[in-house]
Amino acid sequence: MASFTRRGFIASTAAAASAAGLKVGPAGAQGNYPNRPIQMICPWGAGGGTDATARIVAAILEKDLGQPVNVVNRTGGSGVVGHQAIASGAPDGYTLGIITVEISMMHWQGLTELTPRSYTPLALMNEDPPGVQVYVGSPHKTVKELAEAIKAAPPGKLKASGTGQGGIWHLALVGWLQAMGLKPDHVAWVPSNGAAPAMQDLAAGGLDIVTCSVPEARALIEAGKARSLAVMAHERNPAFPNVPTLKEEMGIDYATGAWRGFAGPKGLPAEIANKLTAALKKANESKEYRDFMGSRGFGVKWADAQGFASFMDAGNEQMGKAMKAAGLAKA
Amino acid sequence: MSALLEAFRMVAATDVLIAILLSSIYGLVVGCLPGLSATMATALLVPITFYLSPIAAIATIIAASSMAIFSGDIPGCLLRIPGTPASAAYTDEAYAMTRKGEAETALGICLWFSALGGIAGTLSLILLAPALAEMALSFSTYEYFWLAFLGLMCATLVARSSPVKAIASMLLGLLFACIGIENPAGTPRFTFGFTDLLGGIEVIPALVGVFAVSEVMRAMVTPEPPPLPPRRFGSILKGQWELTKKYPKQQARGNLVGIIIGVLPGAGADMAAWVSYALSKRFSKEPEKFGTGHPEGLVEAGASNNASLASGWVPSLLFGIPGDTITAIAIGVLYMKGLNPGPTLFTERASSMYALYIIFIIANIIMIPLGIMMIRGATFILRAPRSSVMPVIVLCCAVGTFATGNNLFNVICVAFFGVLGFVMEKNGYPVAALVLGIVMGTMVEQSFVTSLIKSDGSILPFFERPVSAVLAAMTIACLVWPFFVVANRWFAARRRRAVPAQ
Repeated sequence: MASFTRRGFIASTAAAASAAGLKVGPAGAQGNYPNRPIQMICPWGAGGGTDATARIVAAILEKDLGQPVNVVNRTGGSGVVGHQAIASGAPDGYTLGIITVEISMMHWQGLTELTPRSYTPLALMNEDPPGVQVYVGSPHKTVKELAEAIKAAPPGKLKASGTGQGGIWHLALVGWLQAMGLKPDHVAWVPSNGAAPAMQDLAAGGLDIVTCSVPEARALIEAGKARSLAVMAHERNPAFPNVPTLKEEMGIDYATGAWRGFAGPKGLPAEIANKLTAALKKANESKEYRDFMGSRGFGVKWADAQGFASFMDAGNEQMGKAMKAAGLAKA
Repeated sequence: MSALLEAFRMVAATDVLIAILLSSIYGLVVGCLPGLSATMATALLVPITFYLSPIAAIATIIAASSMAIFSGDIPGCLLRIPGTPASAAYTDEAYAMTRKGEAETALGICLWFSALGGIAGTLSLILLAPALAEMALSFSTYEYFWLAFLGLMCATLVARSSPVKAIASMLLGLLFACIGIENPAGTPRFTFGFTDLLGGIEVIPALVGVFAVSEVMRAMVTPEPPPLPPRRFGSILKGQWELTKKYPKQQARGNLVGIIIGVLPGAGADMAAWVSYALSKRFSKEPEKFGTGHPEGLVEAGASNNASLASGWVPSLLFGIPGDTITAIAIGVLYMKGLNPGPTLFTERASSMYALYIIFIIANIIMIPLGIMMIRGATFILRAPRSSVMPVIVLCCAVGTFATGNNLFNVICVAFFGVLGFVMEKNGYPVAALVLGIVMGTMVEQSFVTSLIKSDGSILPFFERPVSAVLAAMTIACLVWPFFVVANRWFAARRRRAVPAQ
């Protein structure tokens, strides 16, 4: 131990003592938080969008908090394993994690006991609304024309994809169909292994609609193979200013999206949570974060701990409704 | 022209050159360690690429993945444990050569033809990128179904044991592929309420288990083999030029198959090696020599997996569609570095594309000297006593698979598949067919079910679409071929019996 100082020693003893279950005055371990490396759990694999977001935020937090923030990918179980690891960590501020929209979906299917309430929310950092993409040769030039075609088609005739059965983009379609007063299975859902294969199948003429986020569809849109007709959001994406919202085009105020936020285990001391939320706010506003998210086309969003909690509650309810309607929820 | 000069300037930057060298060494070491695949080597590089310039970031991925695919051949050849899944197809062949005392020839083939295959793949990337990507893009799930089905049939073609046992292990692999929630219906299957099983059986732990751990177990129950006579490894590249001239057709076919499979999304180096090895055996003049340490299949499959690596970048760069798991990660890095995939890359950022080609060629050239150094280092394993090598391998397996997801369940999977592989091998069931079933199962099911959803339950589109019809004809021909052979033999035997009676 190269930097063996008295303060460091006292703090680490205190931390060790509290970890061992001894009662220590609150000032002992929390006063100079953080005084050792922080573990940031990412429930998804290295190289993905969630991993990238976790890493850029961890890098910024590291500079701000003066302690290493290590991103650890805890994959497996379709994200359940990592989400569980965040929830069951010690609520001492040294185990944090990035949680994703799936946490408001999986429990409806009976896959886990975890809900958004199983965490101490810290901050919402990103949200990507789904777009409505069609093949470039499609006769429908606007989302209104497409909606008319959907209504006119017999149920199950048109096919859509974007992710697996019961995934976020599937539920986005279900919600949109319901908002139009149609049955959730009026457009048949073709499960796929993510947005990229779905977009490819759209370009190959195998599908009619893909409801994935516009950044995910960007490569094929720019290649002139697909068109984005609308986004299911309250406002346009600044990176894609030509794509209108559903409200502008059809007057349907339906918005949803895949989001990513940061959280700790339930019962995180308020003092630590506030410090982390403040650091995350700084990170959210930093040029580094904005540039990074902008370069990948990811939407930057901000909500503090309370805002994030109510955002998740609202999303949780919306997802539950859509999943019950689509017959995906466990009774 | 100025773009090309600019590209050379970009590659010649100090940070890029250092990145290529270091990531090459890293790739060689990781690829050589059983259980650490080229995909994992690439994934572990992603955090590092955050701190690099765009060209240096791409360079690390290209160099590390090319080296790892070659390096995976080394433990396969010396210990019969493929370092990466891409080497699994011809591991037995290479090991048989080592047992015959031709370790340097086998390793030389892997190295020399890997480099040639890599360069051929790069040329395809340069020349054919737009046309090939256009073709792959018109593939729908119908075509993918046939493709995956053809891939599954490789299980019986490459097996050394009875086809019945090969099919049995393949079906067991398909059963493992059913586990989890990642199926078209999104319904948990065979999870028994365990959270860890929700995501299904991952390929890397399964592969490490059946190939590495079961090998260690076999070593524990069998007496130590007579030590290989102490001998200096001769020239690695000696005789490679003769082999190049002797098998030009095999090599060209390996390169071509590798390139085509690499371009197809989802199918990467492992499938290229399986298909090429099977093709080599099918069309060989001396198929009976396969499996006994014959260089022909090694030449073809060794070239094929490296060729597929470069051509896997074709659809990735043009459309952001990954050609394999490595380029899936690379696409993430491309976006991160502002080199967004799309046709515009080839017009607006032409110099970056040229730089990428140059890096590919450099990586495949320095593969030869670095590879020779690596082989010389790795052959120490041959001289080390088993009792000290095997525990290190088990440790690497456990640590490597734990690192893929920081999940202890993966390590348990390794142990389970180790025992399973041991029992299967002991009873003559080929484990490679099991692995193929696990790898391809999801793709077969996914493409079949989604095709049926799209066609409203009709199977006609599987035969109506032109490309699909061709693939279907190939698949069905493969399926009925054995019956045809058996029938032919039966009639021939009857005729022979009939002749003496006259």
